[in-house]
Amino acid sequence: MDALSAALAPSPTLAVLWFLLAGFFLIIYVVLDGFDLGIGILSLFTGSERRQTLLMASLGTVWDANESWLVVVGGILFGAFPLAYGLILHALYIPIFLLLFGLALRGVALVFHEHSDRHRLWALLFGIGSVLAAAAQGFVLGGLLEAPSIRQGDYVGGAFDWLTPFSLVVAVGVTGGFALLGATYLILKTEGGMQAPYFRLARRLAWVPFAAAAVVTVYSPLRHRWIFEEWFNLPNFYFYAILPLLALFAFYRLFRSLRRGHERAPFLWTVLIFLSSFLGLAATLYPYLIPGRVTIFEAAAPANTLWFMTAVVGFFIPILIAYNAYLYRTFRGKIRPESGYGAERD
Amino acid sequence: MEDWLSVYMLSRIQFGVIAAFHILFPPLTMGLSLILLTFEVLWLRTRDAFYYRQLRFWTKLFLLNFGVGVVSGIPLEFSFGTNWAPFARDTGSFVGHLLGYEAVLAFMLESAFLSIMVFGWRRVSAGVHLFATAMVALGANLSAFWIMSANSWMQTPSGAVFQDGKAIITDYFAAIFNEDLPAAYWHMTAAALELSLFVLGGVSAWYLLRGRHADFFLRLFKGAALALLLVAPLQIWLGDLQGQSVARSQPAKLAAMEAHWQTNPPGTGAAWALLAWPDEAGQRNLWSLDIPYGLSLLVTHSPHGQVRGLREFPPADQPPVWIPFYSFRIMVAAGFFMAAVALWTLWAWRRGDLTPARIGTRRWLLRAWMACIPIAYLAIETGWFTREVGRQPWIVYGIMRTEHAYSALPLGTLLWSLVTYIVVYGVIITMGFILARRILRAGPDLSSPPPAPTGTAPDQRPLPQGEAG
Repeated sequence: MDALSAALAPSPTLAVLWFLLAGFFLIIYVVLDGFDLGIGILSLFTGSERRQTLLMASLGTVWDANESWLVVVGGILFGAFPLAYGLILHALYIPIFLLLFGLALRGVALVFHEHSDRHRLWALLFGIGSVLAAAAQGFVLGGLLEAPSIRQGDYVGGAFDWLTPFSLVVAVGVTGGFALLGATYLILKTEGGMQAPYFRLARRLAWVPFAAAAVVTVYSPLRHRWIFEEWFNLPNFYFYAILPLLALFAFYRLFRSLRRGHERAPFLWTVLIFLSSFLGLAATLYPYLIPGRVTIFEAAAPANTLWFMTAVVGFFIPILIAYNAYLYRTFRGKIRPESGYGAERD
Repeated sequence: MEDWLSVYMLSRIQFGVIAAFHILFPPLTMGLSLILLTFEVLWLRTRDAFYYRQLRFWTKLFLLNFGVGVVSGIPLEFSFGTNWAPFARDTGSFVGHLLGYEAVLAFMLESAFLSIMVFGWRRVSAGVHLFATAMVALGANLSAFWIMSANSWMQTPSGAVFQDGKAIITDYFAAIFNEDLPAAYWHMTAAALELSLFVLGGVSAWYLLRGRHADFFLRLFKGAALALLLVAPLQIWLGDLQGQSVARSQPAKLAAMEAHWQTNPPGTGAAWALLAWPDEAGQRNLWSLDIPYGLSLLVTHSPHGQVRGLREFPPADQPPVWIPFYSFRIMVAAGFFMAAVALWTLWAWRRGDLTPARIGTRRWLLRAWMACIPIAYLAIETGWFTREVGRQPWIVYGIMRTEHAYSALPLGTLLWSLVTYIVVYGVIITMGFILARRILRAGPDLSSPPPAPTGTAPDQRPLPQGEAG
């Protein structure tokens, strides 16, 4: 039974490593599919059918790979933290279902739009699916922070525990944040007359995640005692204070770069806003996966599983990133209205 | 009888709907990706535009199929957490682990290189493009390996000990390459290839029946027929191997598949029921149409070989009989029908009918090929029904019962999500079918020039009008 005792030996280091890796894959997913979903949200407010088509065509080359990061996140949570995977998805059944439903709608609309004559209909469903998927991600996050009730390894709360004013604010913030990512990505990928409106739009949109982040930062410690205790003790407080400051700085630079008409900076500053919020979230949660209920150490798979996953997944991470980067490099360059539908593709 | 409106049954039905819908898409991805790779290799070696045009034409259907496949796969992955939380908790360290591998090692490879394969013709060199196509094929088939390994482990869970019901893997090699994996993996791979070849040949038959692009599609039709003369009989043999594997490792499933209640005493042969009316409460068949010695011959390849009957297992450990029994028969009949169509084609070929002038006289043969498309899909679906329903009442065979594995969701929530899945998937499948038909109606592009054979330099010519997408 040597292998068994080795497998059962606790390995806090590996649990922490996989918490970081899961976070790493999740932030890649959030940023990459975030701009996809953001473009989907913005397409609802794009009057011209031609431009809608252009927006959807611009995603044709990347959305599959971007969405695949969610499959990676799912597989990794399932494998590395089986207990939490079951509990979180069970507790958040409805927002997860809405997320899957939104992603399905978005995906098939993208695929069908190309072959169907009913462009208006599929563009509309593409937009609705994107809004749904974005908002559902916000509700998943908000619902998780609401600390679902767990008893003896089972979820014992209700089906709608995730739906609170707090999670609503988070959902609005995430949806607005994705729209901002989409707008700044479009600034990066377009030029001239097509680009100009996104500068204005991004300046207005940025206020949504800004306001939501402000509300969440102030409201969370008041609503949740565990967050209050986590943040407002020394020396934690010094660390946690850095992140809102970093986000504030990123917002300031975002607005400045938008005023000055920079093309790349707005997207990068938006990513930094996401990154600082995400780090704040991860640090606040740690060492819990479900606040106050399940720690990463309780949820982690046996040590040998984590070792085996580390060896193989660790080896493939650079390869994964390399060919995804190659994909973006292959399809780099601006979306040009005059080249029309399908120009990105062939 | 089961209470159909229980959380337990609705969870199973919902999983069945999600899985049965998803499995419609990966087989074509697996098989067609290998065929596309073959086309591209042949195109680069021979510079015969036929291969290039076939490649471009089938890529359109491939992309449509893949897009819906991705969309339907994500709910499947997440349903292990949402609807089967105790299963996720207890077996995640293996099943989830392999799904993680599938995503990182295979699926991402496929999705990222797919874009280059489909949209990268004028952006990368011929060599890089070929590499991308190869990575799509590798990704698709490697994905299937990991998924089949996880699923086979649920049938034959080896390499693990179970503590407080939780799986702890003690031997990864034994767990990944578990007893049922080789037979299951090759049976699935051959099914994917057979289905893809029938899609190619069946669509060609559709064009030939209408006399459209007859030269172009007759050549493809012959190629598909030649390949199927090998693959279709091979699949029957692989199916037999899978049956042997089930007989060894899951005797109760085999007995249910065959509605075989009573173990045959030594010196006698077990009969094979062609059709039967199984009576689960009475533990017998109300009637059956038997072929003497058939089951012993099938399972043990000897007329008096012993085959354990269902009555040897306590009723609580018996799978339902109706679904495995009839799905298995439908699958087998489909397999033999498809092999017969391949042989029939060979016969017509030898009679000299596979020429542009005379193929039109073989209308029933062409119709049979078209019929083989839905029949191939039906065979895959019924194969999975046999496999998964036959594993019941276990979710992990002999270890964890399905009734202990589902999330205790409110009934209303579950009913609501199930109905939504059915409606949404119904709409998607209808639309997908309509759009696939549009692609076929539009037909292949036989006019725009293929890329110049200048070796490895990317083709920089401007995009001709009308070739987009």
